[in-house]
Amino acid sequence: MATQLLFGLVGIILFLLGVWSFLAHRPLLRKLIALNVMGAGVFHVLVAVAYRGLEKTPDPIPHALVLTGIVVAVSATALALTLGQRLEHEDD
Amino acid sequence: MTLRHLFLLGTLAVIGAALAWVFWDAVAVQAPGRLADMALDRVPESGVSNPVTAVLLNFRAYDTLLELAVLMAAILGIWSTGPDVPGFLPAGEVLEKLTAAIVPLLILSAGYLLWVGGHAPGGAFQAGALLGAAGVILRLSGRPDAGLPPLTWLRLTIVLGVLAFVAAALVLMAAGYGFLTFPLAVAKWVILAIESAATLAIGATLAAAYLAGEPLGVRT
Repeated sequence: MATQLLFGLVGIILFLLGVWSFLAHRPLLRKLIALNVMGAGVFHVLVAVAYRGLEKTPDPIPHALVLTGIVVAVSATALALTLGQRLEHEDD
Repeated sequence: MTLRHLFLLGTLAVIGAALAWVFWDAVAVQAPGRLADMALDRVPESGVSNPVTAVLLNFRAYDTLLELAVLMAAILGIWSTGPDVPGFLPAGEVLEKLTAAIVPLLILSAGYLLWVGGHAPGGAFQAGALLGAAGVILRLSGRPDAGLPPLTWLRLTIVLGVLAFVAAALVLMAAGYGFLTFPLAVAKWVILAIESAATLAIGATLAAAYLAGEPLGVRT
């Protein structure tokens, strides 16, 4: 239980750090990294929610959500990076 | 530290406290895991013994299908921004040798993860991520095409995941089952076929996303 709470709280802190960085800084790359840190926080919380004690199998549903979420986050980041790169070239 | 920052800090503290309370309430006060028990009870009906794969490819197959569609949409967005950026210089001898050793290992591990996903942690997304990583390594070591097939085949590979998913669902629907309802007798093989297609699609999509544009240079 203590481990689960620690994981969940760390996830929430990561999420808040991400929100802070996302809102407080202007550069696009920084915002993207912040968005990914927020995502990592959410995944942390989901994995913590899935824990049901050492003797029981973890809840598979949050695990499945995290698994697909990671791949979707990576592809969304790739799309955003590409768009950002094109914008920078437009500025030249 | 401006007033704006202080306001942001205060708001985040309030949101954080609320989230912490909700999390505490969800895991400690309420009885958690009702959905987990339902899912775990029905794993034997899914055709695979790994509960996560059962949820991904059977119970929540619709979700996974749409997630593959999201990947496809992302690559379409990337390609619509223009041609890919030029590649890097060819690798030195050490990096070349390392790449030659590590890429086959990644492909082998991807195949293993794909197969093991039926009964232990693993599956299409992990295997696809490894294939994508192999593509990134190839690109970083100087291959402009990141080990991807020519554009026509690449397009086919990228839609393969959604294609196999929908095709399997439609065939089973024609046979009298519901859309994305897998009968136990064939569930294992349907899931394996979909996962194999999805692995290739995810790997190709992730590697192609790394090119940051439509790879018009790799056409042959």
